[in-house]
Amino acid sequence: MMAGSQWELPPELCCRPMAFVALTGLDVVYNAVHRAIWDAFCANRRADRVPISFKVLPGDHEYPKCRTKRTSYEWYIPKGILKTGWMNKHLNLVPALVVLFYELDWDDPQWKEKQSECATKVEIVRTSLQGRNTKVAVVLIQKKTPLPPGEDLVASERAAALCNACDLSGKSLFVLPHTDHLVGYIIRLENAFYEHAQTYYYTEIRRVKSHKEFLNKTTHQLLFVRHQFKIAFFSELKQDTQNALKYYRTAYSLVHELRAHETNMLEIKTMAGFINYKICRLCFQHNTPLDAIAQFRKHIDLCKKKIGSAELAFEHAAWMSKQFQSFGELFDEAIKLGLTAIQTQNPGFYYQQAACYSQDRKTLAQQLCQAGASYPSSEPGDTQSGGLDFYGQRPWRQGHQSIDPPDAEKEKTGIVVLQIKERDVPHSELIIALLSNAVAQFKKYKCPRMKSHLMVQMGEEYYHAKDYTKALKLLDYVMCDYRTERWWGLLTAIVSTALRCAYLMASVRDYMIYCMELLGRASTLKEEQKLRIENNLIKVLKNEVPEAEPECDPASVTAARALWNDRMALAGSNEFTIEVQDYIPFIQCKAKFQSPSFHVDQPIQLQVFLRADCPHTVSFNKLSVSLSNQEYNQWCVVESVGQESMSLLPGKTKCYNFSFVAKTEDVGKKIEMTGIELMLGNDGGGRCVFVGWRGAGGDAASTHEALLASRSSRRCGRAVEARQELDWDSLSMQPSTMIISRVPKISVQLSHQPPALNNEMYCISLTIQSQEGGVARDVKLTAGLKPGQDANLGQTTHVTLDCSKVCDDTAPALLPDVPLGDLNPGQELERCVYVKCVSTGPRVFLFHVAYSIDTSVEGRQIVCKCHKDETVTIETVVPFEVSVKFVSTKFEPLERVAVDIPFLLMTDILSSSPWPLLLASSSLQLLTMTTNTAQLQSQLQEVVLQTDECASECFCLRCPPLTNSSTTVATGQYLISWRRKSSSADSPLIQTAVALPHVILESVPLYIHADLPSFGRVRESLSVRYHIENRTALVQEVEMAVEPSDAFMFSGLKQVRLRILPGSEQQMLYNYYPLMAGYQTLPQLNISLPRCLTTNTHTLRRFLPQRIFVKPQGRQLDDASIAAA
Amino acid sequence: MAVCIAVIAKENYPLYIRSVPTQNELKFHYTVHTSLDVVEEKISAVGKSLGDQRELYLGLLYPTEDYKVYGYVTNSKVKFVIVVDSSNTSLRDNEIRSMFRKLHNSFTDVMCNPFHNPGDTIQSKAFDGIVSGMMVQTG
Repeated sequence: MMAGSQWELPPELCCRPMAFVALTGLDVVYNAVHRAIWDAFCANRRADRVPISFKVLPGDHEYPKCRTKRTSYEWYIPKGILKTGWMNKHLNLVPALVVLFYELDWDDPQWKEKQSECATKVEIVRTSLQGRNTKVAVVLIQKKTPLPPGEDLVASERAAALCNACDLSGKSLFVLPHTDHLVGYIIRLENAFYEHAQTYYYTEIRRVKSHKEFLNKTTHQLLFVRHQFKIAFFSELKQDTQNALKYYRTAYSLVHELRAHETNMLEIKTMAGFINYKICRLCFQHNTPLDAIAQFRKHIDLCKKKIGSAELAFEHAAWMSKQFQSFGELFDEAIKLGLTAIQTQNPGFYYQQAACYSQDRKTLAQQLCQAGASYPSSEPGDTQSGGLDFYGQRPWRQGHQSIDPPDAEKEKTGIVVLQIKERDVPHSELIIALLSNAVAQFKKYKCPRMKSHLMVQMGEEYYHAKDYTKALKLLDYVMCDYRTERWWGLLTAIVSTALRCAYLMASVRDYMIYCMELLGRASTLKEEQKLRIENNLIKVLKNEVPEAEPECDPASVTAARALWNDRMALAGSNEFTIEVQDYIPFIQCKAKFQSPSFHVDQPIQLQVFLRADCPHTVSFNKLSVSLSNQEYNQWCVVESVGQESMSLLPGKTKCYNFSFVAKTEDVGKKIEMTGIELMLGNDGGGRCVFVGWRGAGGDAASTHEALLASRSSRRCGRAVEARQELDWDSLSMQPSTMIISRVPKISVQLSHQPPALNNEMYCISLTIQSQEGGVARDVKLTAGLKPGQDANLGQTTHVTLDCSKVCDDTAPALLPDVPLGDLNPGQELERCVYVKCVSTGPRVFLFHVAYSIDTSVEGRQIVCKCHKDETVTIETVVPFEVSVKFVSTKFEPLERVAVDIPFLLMTDILSSSPWPLLLASSSLQLLTMTTNTAQLQSQLQEVVLQTDECASECFCLRCPPLTNSSTTVATGQYLISWRRKSSSADSPLIQTAVALPHVILESVPLYIHADLPSFGRVRESLSVRYHIENRTALVQEVEMAVEPSDAFMFSGLKQVRLRILPGSEQQMLYNYYPLMAGYQTLPQLNISLPRCLTTNTHTLRRFLPQRIFVKPQGRQLDDASIAAA
Repeated sequence: MAVCIAVIAKENYPLYIRSVPTQNELKFHYTVHTSLDVVEEKISAVGKSLGDQRELYLGLLYPTEDYKVYGYVTNSKVKFVIVVDSSNTSLRDNEIRSMFRKLHNSFTDVMCNPFHNPGDTIQSKAFDGIVSGMMVQTG
């Protein structure tokens, strides 16, 4: 018998009841057709098929005998509530319907014989079922497909005959043609069977109900429960779950109305448990989980206090545990079928409670079942719990319903036997199984803390079961949860259990780890406990056997001592490395570099702070710091000298200082602490433990403490200042430091005249002066555009040291590593760097002077590389603006330029430079135009322009007639050579080319110009010759007229009409005689071309001078004129 | 009357925890600690809907066979937990609420003490007194 199986619910209770139909007359072993029929019945029984459980039985099967019906209950005293065999009997033994399969075709030649054989078989079945209401049906297996009903007269005739012979109703005879559609026929058959079965169970329910009137409330209380249960069970078989639930509920309330006393308590509880199980199961099935939970709560509340016999109290706990467990399983099953559970209502709680009762059971069993008790010498055979007649009765007094046990002696023996059996139950196993079920549930419903708690319980249970390895594994797993949540009380309790495990299995390493944590500041143990633990730790370090932990079972302690002695004998493995970062160990460690960065010529300093939280002084032999560059590790070790070991006083902080010189190759690199190690023990052949911290120390709790400390120090900062002693919590760690280059003792000065002018060779003068004590060797200059700016700037900036010529585009934007030689102390060096900026805008320039120097740090000679950077932002501006305009010879602005007629080009250079500019020269580079004048020296030669001053030039140009028809013509370029006035005379000139605008050309048909002296004099004749040129290929007729003027008298043709041949010229001479002095308007010349109407006086007049300056008569001349007169 | 009263910091470590001395103290620690699962879940569920309009009283967190655990969360996420014996059916929801309110007031007084570091465990006679008044009187 499996342990604890006495409390398992019987399988017939837990299954879903289905109508039982027996099939006879089938030879499923040797007959292939019968086999196929049977397979069709039992294969693929999915939810859409009717719920029937089929069984093949031989034709002469003996069904359970039906007892003779009781006619009166008057003298009947029931012996129990429910017989143990009853449910099984109706599920598996007594069919609702027996079906006889018989091979017979309607046209069988031996019909008569076969018919009577069939009738005999039916009779045999009927006899066996004497007294029961079980129905009988016959199925004829036929080879031929039947004709539609009514067409086969033979068939209906013979069917009637067969029914008559077998005493069957027509509804109970079926035909099963063995053809292709077997499954379809089978499904129709089983539906018919199902109807018969329903009728059977209905009559059974009626039958049980009919008993009720014979019962009386005093003697037949048990029967009330029994009958209700049976009705409910039959209803379930009938698949009428609603009514089943109703009857089970009635049965449940009836079972609690029973008179309960110590002797029948178990029977009542067992039945109550069964009925409760059925109710809950049906509620879940009806998707009313709240009803199920309410029923279960009611059940527990009603039964909780029904302990029964005090000597067998563990039985009650076992039963309670089972109640919770089976409810949990029902709940879980319902969830698998689609029910949703929540965090506060999930199967986990029931498993947990089941585990809880199992723990109670264990405790009670330990109290009640004395280890010494042995089986009574005369064990009565009937105390065996194997074959009970009624559920929940004692094997030694079955059927007794009296309040007092019939035989006190037997009662005693029976109890002792039960107690002895209980002693052998593996309680821990049961508890652990339940707990792990609960853990799985709580994990699913987001209860991490509950999960941890249950895992602790599991660990403790493993500890009780002496499976220390598993216990430690579980406890170790959850410890860190409690550590991060900072529940020190719980952590201490868990670690204490773990320590006991480690002690009992003599796991040296684990033992030391847990000792260290229990001595630490997170431990809530009392001082004397800590003292004891520390003494044990010291013993372990000395390779001695530690004292046993209290609360350990003495037998286990003896075994553990032996294990420890074995460990002691094993010499080899006496070195341990324990990483304590993730614990809260008894020694705290924090380390820091004194500064986040050190210059390479400074010694690097680091401090390690240690503090012991345990009650005794801790001594250690070595402290070492590992750094990311292992070459430095040798400088960061401190070891005890001789017999003197170093020690930490409880609660005091101790500081160890280390310093070393960095290598020059490490400049620019980070040095990190990778670990700190403290060696405990190993004085005199003992064990040796390296307690290690990663990085710069700290542990699982230090981050939070530092946070709290920073909060409190903010508030009471003054108090901390006043306190001389180091505040451990506010001590911050500095796990890494940068090695940076030595501070340069050199000055770099820049002098220049900003802003830079576009395209000029901008001179930046650099003065380097050494303030070093020694020779600065290998001075190198890197100068130019600082990297990391706009990429375009790199292409528009050019740097050179050569000032003799303007640098071209090949010059780089940054001149790297220009060697400048050595620099003696105090020596000064000057260099000019020239920068050409092709585009305007700001630029950042970098001047980087690097050198190396010999120096000594703490007696070590090192070569340091130093460098000094200077950056400067320089704005580049346009030096001058050039504007160009075309004007006529009369200085009137021109929109168009007439072909082959002279015009003027005016240029203005407006200086926008803040510095004076020297214009060296200027020139024109013409494309199509020609100068009207011989090439002259530039008018701007050696002109100095101050800010906002303007220099102008004028060129007379003429545009020759064009061969092609384009009307716009490129003019050419205007070249200006210039430099800063302040730059030295030999500095190169900058050529700036300005593209001249295009001109729009026009051709005029007639060109007229006048030869005119520059001025006239009053009353002095002044001759004016007008030249009229025909520029067309046609003969032009010209009408000319001179209008009279007040200021002049004139002689010549006043009105004339003339013809001019193509390309030729006509001259008209007039003598004007000025009458008034001053600017005078010349007489208007009206010209019209009758043949060319587009050209009128106005268009022609623009070529002609409008006015002339008339001087007054001179004195001498006056005389001369008088004389002339 | 309560059998255990606890104050839990925002970071879920205990600031104060006291239980009736006759029973297993550790068990109450576990009960309070596991109840934080429900508290966390309730806080996060509320946080999603209506930001600050939150009821501080969380009600019954979860029933165990023997105890009822009630929760209360201040606006600064400090949690109060009161454990009541399941057999004590006379206690109404209102009384639990008023116990929490009293506890909250007293806690506020402790926080107002300039010598108290927020985040440290509570060591206050006044607070002890208030808690004692709410605990089941034993003996």
